[in-house]
Amino acid sequence: MSLLTAENLALIFGGLTALSILLYAILDGYDLGVGITLPMANEPWRDTAIASIGPFWDANETWLVLAVGLLLVAFPAAHSAILHALYLPAALLLLGLILRGVAFDFRAKVKASRKTRWDYTFKAGSVLATFSQGFMLGIYVMGLEYTSGSIIFACFSGFCVTAAYAMIGNAWLIGKTSGELQLHAIRQCKIAGVLTLSGILAVSTINPLVNANALQVWTEPPMAYLYAAIPLLCFAMFIIGYLALKRLPLPQDHGAWLPFAICNIIFICSFLGLALSFYPFVVPNQLTLYQAASSRESLLIIFWGAVVVIPVIIGYTALAYYAFRGKADGLKYY
Amino acid sequence: MLDTLILSRIQFAANISFHILFPTITIALGWLLFYFKVRFDISKHPVWMRAYRFWVKVFALTFALGVVSGITMSFQFGTNWPGFMESIGNIAGPLLAYEILTAFFLEATMLGIMLFGFHKVPRWVHSLATFLVALGTTFSAFWILVLNSWMQTPAGFEMIDGVAHATDWWAIIFNPSFPYRFIHMLLASGLTVCFLVAGISAYRLLKGDNKKAPKLTLKTALLSAAILAPTQVLVGDFHGLNTLEHQPQKIAAMEGIWHTEKGAPLVLFAIPDEETQQNRFAIEIPKLASLILTHDANGELKGLNEFEGEHPPVAPVFYSFRVMVGMGMLMLLMAWWGSYQLLRKKNLAPLQLKVLVGMTFSGWVATLAGWYVTEIGRQPYLVYGVLKTRDAVTTVPGEHVAMTLTMYLLLYVVLLVAYIKTLFWLANRAVEVEEYDLTRPGLVENRSQPLQDNSPDTRTGAAL
Repeated sequence: MSLLTAENLALIFGGLTALSILLYAILDGYDLGVGITLPMANEPWRDTAIASIGPFWDANETWLVLAVGLLLVAFPAAHSAILHALYLPAALLLLGLILRGVAFDFRAKVKASRKTRWDYTFKAGSVLATFSQGFMLGIYVMGLEYTSGSIIFACFSGFCVTAAYAMIGNAWLIGKTSGELQLHAIRQCKIAGVLTLSGILAVSTINPLVNANALQVWTEPPMAYLYAAIPLLCFAMFIIGYLALKRLPLPQDHGAWLPFAICNIIFICSFLGLALSFYPFVVPNQLTLYQAASSRESLLIIFWGAVVVIPVIIGYTALAYYAFRGKADGLKYY
Repeated sequence: MLDTLILSRIQFAANISFHILFPTITIALGWLLFYFKVRFDISKHPVWMRAYRFWVKVFALTFALGVVSGITMSFQFGTNWPGFMESIGNIAGPLLAYEILTAFFLEATMLGIMLFGFHKVPRWVHSLATFLVALGTTFSAFWILVLNSWMQTPAGFEMIDGVAHATDWWAIIFNPSFPYRFIHMLLASGLTVCFLVAGISAYRLLKGDNKKAPKLTLKTALLSAAILAPTQVLVGDFHGLNTLEHQPQKIAAMEGIWHTEKGAPLVLFAIPDEETQQNRFAIEIPKLASLILTHDANGELKGLNEFEGEHPPVAPVFYSFRVMVGMGMLMLLMAWWGSYQLLRKKNLAPLQLKVLVGMTFSGWVATLAGWYVTEIGRQPYLVYGVLKTRDAVTTVPGEHVAMTLTMYLLLYVVLLVAYIKTLFWLANRAVEVEEYDLTRPGLVENRSQPLQDNSPDTRTGAAL
């Protein structure tokens, strides 16, 4: 009990919030990515692609609710400062998520003649939600300020996140589909991978230039040597991933999940890189985790709940993924 | 004139009004689906599966709308009402966190299994997933109504430098108005679903659907409504007494009592006039309000004059209350009339079917009206006696709020029209197509679970 001081609790909840954001980016990242590159020319492909994410998208999106919720309950001052600055892009994010989410169901239930309309809505919603997330990230990196420079950077960040989600989305499809659609996903994944790599390179260059805290983290020995492993691992993954994509598909579908695993590592590295650049700040250069945290007794109540419940959530989530293992071609919707 | 405060209030009201439409359906519809599934598991009769298959589609669509409109809410606290969390975050935070942890993940994950897993998991796992989805929606209702009730009747806390700190979580969760509000809302959800199911089923029958499933669902819905409706009247009465004890000015606004009086009449209808502080064109029943609320014909009821500057705007609370009660009475009458006819003559008359189609969304009207009574009735407070609404609002420029408000309103109108059209389109399609058609060759069910009885009607009599 004595370990659970206000400081440690702030750190734990900072970690939990970060974990939720990372899980959100990976999990909703792949299903938004499927939406971003939804093949509008081929309806059976669209049905399979959307069926592959059908059982999961709702739970994936819940990680966003948890991330925003944890920020809200554990760091209320940061929640209002960040969302205050991101008011309009957050509204566009919500618009995108709403359109994408309802299109899932409407496309399967409306008259056949209206289905394509909802498929376009699905794609547009996915793109809007993703771009808004990237834009919000960009503004956050630039210290939550709107200047012409920061807006250009945020738009660029929007494109990068769109590319990254498209990459992981197609990596998911490689694992979940077969035949022509799988080949299509391999091609898309390569293109998105190249775009993502250039995006990560650009952001890694700009971030230390505008962010004194980040510059210090990445250049000050001895920890900087250790941290250097993160970008090295990340870039190695891009190379291995590209080589793997060139050889896929293999007989018996060997290695079909390798691109998705590699994308996961890339996402984790990129996220760790960003998190290290900002720690201990939760609002860049203004508010640290420790200053923004809620009262100790309220955090304790949530902490014990989370300790009990999160393993259960991970357990039944794993069961759901196990139940829907294998290719999505035959998945039927009731 | 339209400043950030009023625009934020309209936006929050629009978001939460749109959002509550869908959970109101999914809470009870989840349990109804579980009932269909259990009946199917026990009897193996395909009609229960047909009922399940049709209504699970409605559930999925409704759930999706509920989820996406709910995400908006979690952002709104920070974007538009930062003062809310700054002041009572220590109470609201854990409650919201528990809702996400115990309800949202459970229902979202299990929904995937429920919708896609029929052939992927063992039958009992599918039934369990259906149960857990229903349980998740109910947990969600539990936590959010704890928070809402706490905002109406706060308890178990102390204020230190303008910030609420929890002292007794048991008192916070089971605050004075929570049990009444929670049960009232669960029953509202039950009645909303009864009339939705009855309305859509009646529509199918009117369209010439002579399959067994719509008759079965119509009967289930009407008989349930016949029990739930009078229970709701009783619970609503207890809830009103509880409100009188803790928020007397809300009751004064609901009943249109301007000045404290003994033997107050029940105002059936009137036009409340805020300026002259009286009711115009009032139709009243003498002494009845006192009798209902104090159980004494000459009991004293406090008037709005005792709460100068601390009471809600009268007209919206007054009218909403009458809409809610009026709709509730209509539902009670229709449920009893329909059930009587069903039990006596086995079939409803065409007129009754048409009335039921007209009342498909009557639950929405009553539920929204009820929420307007309790939420507007809490004004000018956001947290009764603790935090005023105007002190919690954001400093985001009014134009930005106006832009997002316009966006939401347009979106909600489009989605609502699409939702209602899709429900009736699903009903029309169900008239033509047989769900779970066991005569179709190559059906997975035929291979794994041979059922000799393929005609929908032979065994239904026993199953009902």
